Amino acid sequence: MIIQALAFYLFAAIIVASGLMVISSRNPVHSVLFLILAFFNGAALFVLLGAEFLAMVMVIVYVGAVAVLFLFVVMMLDINFVELRQGFLQYLPIGALIGVVLLIELLFVIGGGISPPDVALVSAVPIPEASGLSNTEALGQILYTRYIYLFQGAGMVLLTAMIGAIVLTLRAREGVRKQKISRQVSRTRDESIELKQVKPGEGV
Amino acid sequence: MEIGTSHYLTVAAILFTIGIFGIFLNRKNVIVILMSIELMLLAVNINLVAFSVALGDLVGQVFVMLILTVAAAESAIGLAILVVYFRNRGTIAVEDINLMKG
Repeated sequence: MIIQALAFYLFAAIIVASGLMVISSRNPVHSVLFLILAFFNGAALFVLLGAEFLAMVMVIVYVGAVAVLFLFVVMMLDINFVELRQGFLQYLPIGALIGVVLLIELLFVIGGGISPPDVALVSAVPIPEASGLSNTEALGQILYTRYIYLFQGAGMVLLTAMIGAIVLTLRAREGVRKQKISRQVSRTRDESIELKQVKPGEGV
Repeated sequence: MEIGTSHYLTVAAILFTIGIFGIFLNRKNVIVILMSIELMLLAVNINLVAFSVALGDLVGQVFVMLILTVAAAESAIGLAILVVYFRNRGTIAVEDINLMKG
């Protein structure tokens, strides 16, 4: 139990510190790297809570896809980030004020009691602890049955995002000479060769 | 020492506040604003998983998967819009995004 507490405090401290570094580091590449660290520690917190499948999905989706996407964009665009940091301190007081107020409010809500004790009795899908199902199996059993429409909807969202991103960023540039294999293959002898009768001493 | 739900909720609250703070702090840099939104979504996910475990209800974890999906789609679309915008204007400063004067 003490090991669990120590692990929780370690991961929580790292996640908060890396979150602070995400918003405050000068170089956006460092921000992305700290974001990856924050997501890894979030996944560790999920493991501590007993949601292993979500932890792994988190690592795969965020670190494998989203963070790499961020890295690509940060490195691909030629942006003067020093210029973008102007006015960083200008917004610090109002941001700090709102942040502190919000944090105090949230902590009051948390400290004011989590939930009535009988909420757990009306749960829709109880977590199977005694039946020996793992977290992944239990999640799959309800995700593909009760929540199949939500699952399909999530797939649709991803498909839309993929098509949207491709359509947005695809461009046909002018003046680029690309190899068009279909045109090369479909050329016939008649349209590409012209025979001329050249008389001697005159030229074409 | 027992680590209860309120510990996780506190971490999530701090992380959410950091995300909002980041949006205020980096008013000009859209990329960092998107990263702050990702941090806030992470905080929401921690909240959902903590409540799911505390209440013994698996539905919260299903919701986390859906939020994960939407977050991935959102960042992909956002970054695509950012790339297109940078191609057209040569900058990503937020205060220059006023072509439509909305």
